[in-house]
Amino acid sequence: MSVADQAPGFASAADQRMWSERIPAPWWIFGFILLLLPIVANNFWLFQIMGWTFILGMIGLSLMFLAGYGGMVSLLQMSIAGMAGYMVAILGPSGAANVSLGLTWWIVLPAAFLIAAIFATICGALAVRTDGIYTIMITLAVAAAFFYFTRQNYSIFNGYSGFNLVLPPKLFGVNWRDPVPFYYLTLACAALCYGAVVYLARSPFGLALQGVRDNPRRMAALGFNVTAHRVAAYALASVFASTGGILLVWQNAQIAPGTIGISSAIDVLVVAVVGGIRRPLGPFIGAFIYVLLQVFSTDILGFFGFSADRFKLIIGIGFLAVVLFSPDGVLGLWDRWRAGVAARKAATTGGAT
Amino acid sequence: MDNFIKRYPLWSLIFILLAIAFLYLVLAPWPPELVASWGRKQIFLNALLGGITLGALYFLVAAGFTLIFGLMRVVNLAHGSLFLIGGYVGYEVATASGSWLLAFPVVFIVVGLIGLLMQFFIFSKMEGEELRQTLVSIGLSIVFADLMLWWWGGQSYSILAPQFLQGPMELPLVSNVNEATGVVTWLRYPSVRVWILVAAIVIGIAMWLVLNRTALGMLIRAGVDDREMLAASGVRIHLVFLAVFGFGAGLAGIAGIVGATFQSLSPGEDTRFLLASLVVVIVGGMGSIVGAALGALIIGVAEQMGFVYAPTYSIVLTFLIMAAVLAFRPQGLLGTRR
Repeated sequence: MSVADQAPGFASAADQRMWSERIPAPWWIFGFILLLLPIVANNFWLFQIMGWTFILGMIGLSLMFLAGYGGMVSLLQMSIAGMAGYMVAILGPSGAANVSLGLTWWIVLPAAFLIAAIFATICGALAVRTDGIYTIMITLAVAAAFFYFTRQNYSIFNGYSGFNLVLPPKLFGVNWRDPVPFYYLTLACAALCYGAVVYLARSPFGLALQGVRDNPRRMAALGFNVTAHRVAAYALASVFASTGGILLVWQNAQIAPGTIGISSAIDVLVVAVVGGIRRPLGPFIGAFIYVLLQVFSTDILGFFGFSADRFKLIIGIGFLAVVLFSPDGVLGLWDRWRAGVAARKAATTGGAT
Repeated sequence: MDNFIKRYPLWSLIFILLAIAFLYLVLAPWPPELVASWGRKQIFLNALLGGITLGALYFLVAAGFTLIFGLMRVVNLAHGSLFLIGGYVGYEVATASGSWLLAFPVVFIVVGLIGLLMQFFIFSKMEGEELRQTLVSIGLSIVFADLMLWWWGGQSYSILAPQFLQGPMELPLVSNVNEATGVVTWLRYPSVRVWILVAAIVIGIAMWLVLNRTALGMLIRAGVDDREMLAASGVRIHLVFLAVFGFGAGLAGIAGIVGATFQSLSPGEDTRFLLASLVVVIVGGMGSIVGAALGALIIGVAEQMGFVYAPTYSIVLTFLIMAAVLAFRPQGLLGTRR
């Protein structure tokens, strides 16, 4: 995979156009649709479906950054998101007044990002002690340990019940949990994270990380510190996961160990793989499909005469089908379809375009 | 052994002192001061034996996992599902036939067959693509978990141990000495757990013997070391793969019966035992049977001791052991670097 073909509007040195002209037209249309969606969509779509899609997409994006560019499939991203969310609930105000400290938001938010980043760095440093397929095992074990710890520990994490009534601060007099403000908040965060990943992928650090993915020994011989690049990737990815985690807490207004359970950690992987783990857009597409299936599973399953409990079965079979038949996810299918259309066109026109 | 003592005299001394202290704690009756600070000796012995027998169960699950990984490089994250399937099928067989022992061969064959099918139809099609195989095994575990929830529901099942294994047996370990009369109380412990421990040790030794003393074991060890070379020298390696996958899966199924007899089966146990086997093989070393035994023993004892002496932090103890092993010996205690 070269860098050029996966970043929209990639600018070569000779390309002297304005940045706004370099972004292809479909992206502008897509962006306008997202911006103007609140005019047509109802609150349920804005808050539940789109909000959740962006949040899940951001957590999946942090996994995509690690897996697609760093070659490290980490099942830890949900735990990092959960750590940031828990920190917001513990340091800020919440319904569990005996545990929460109730600090103001401008202390809480930076502290949450920082603590989640430290957590990610420590776990990342452990995970990069071995590489390849071991990563998935170690991160799964760490994620499970964190889940069981939050469930057992009552003095910090308030155990089984977790925290409820965790609300976003009323900045600028806006209630950020109202559907329209929340939609724009998540959209802005998702766009920022997406842009950051696209930028990082083309930065010297991102290129070095992709070099480390493809051939660690050669990069080490060239003088790059392989371990430091990998740990730094974990720390950077924690920012995207934390953003998603904090928004997730605000959306649900609560966090409990169930939020960061093992099945949630695997869901993040499912989302990223189904969408396409090689491109930053993939996790968002995967998240959209996942959320649609989750929300409308009752209707879909009822149509085929099953009970709504079989939602996981659909997710599992869908995931299996994607992994077995299209390892690049839905985006890979799209690419193949476009290539097929182009090939047919070339066949009919005799190669002249 | 002599070499080790010569090279690391200080560590040897520490190990020997620790071993003596441990033997004292297990064998001698505890003086009142020790009882005052640590609680009764019976609690300690029960936690220790509980840990060792839990370790035996972990070993049965993890041995198949580590063997499959060592030979085929497949991280089979559906291994916990095989454990749970084994437990449920064992429950059905045991209740239908009324024979606990009959459940073992039936489950071994059924679950081993599932493993064979998985290897034949799925994993062998994507050899060498480790990440894809792992992802497929995750997908399989999601599907299996939901199918089992559909069929057996959310309630918990447990299998009754047969008549001759019920009740406690006396172990030659001092539990308490009455100060006034000098009467020695021996430790009483559920006999089914003791016999499962014995069975796990027998299975472990048998596996070690097969791996190290037979022609089949030689093939497997050669495959672990260099798969391509073994295939090139004319061995039909896919048959070896199938045999190992089926055996590992069957072992996980048998462990399911044991788990259902020890504790109980319910949805979620599959991830619990998958994680236990992950931690066991990370600690013990990937692909090593002896490593799996050592890791299972350490993790089992740490878990039970943690539950008794520091209930809130028992998971953290397990995790810290794993982190320490990763930090100082990333390939695991008995693993080899590849």
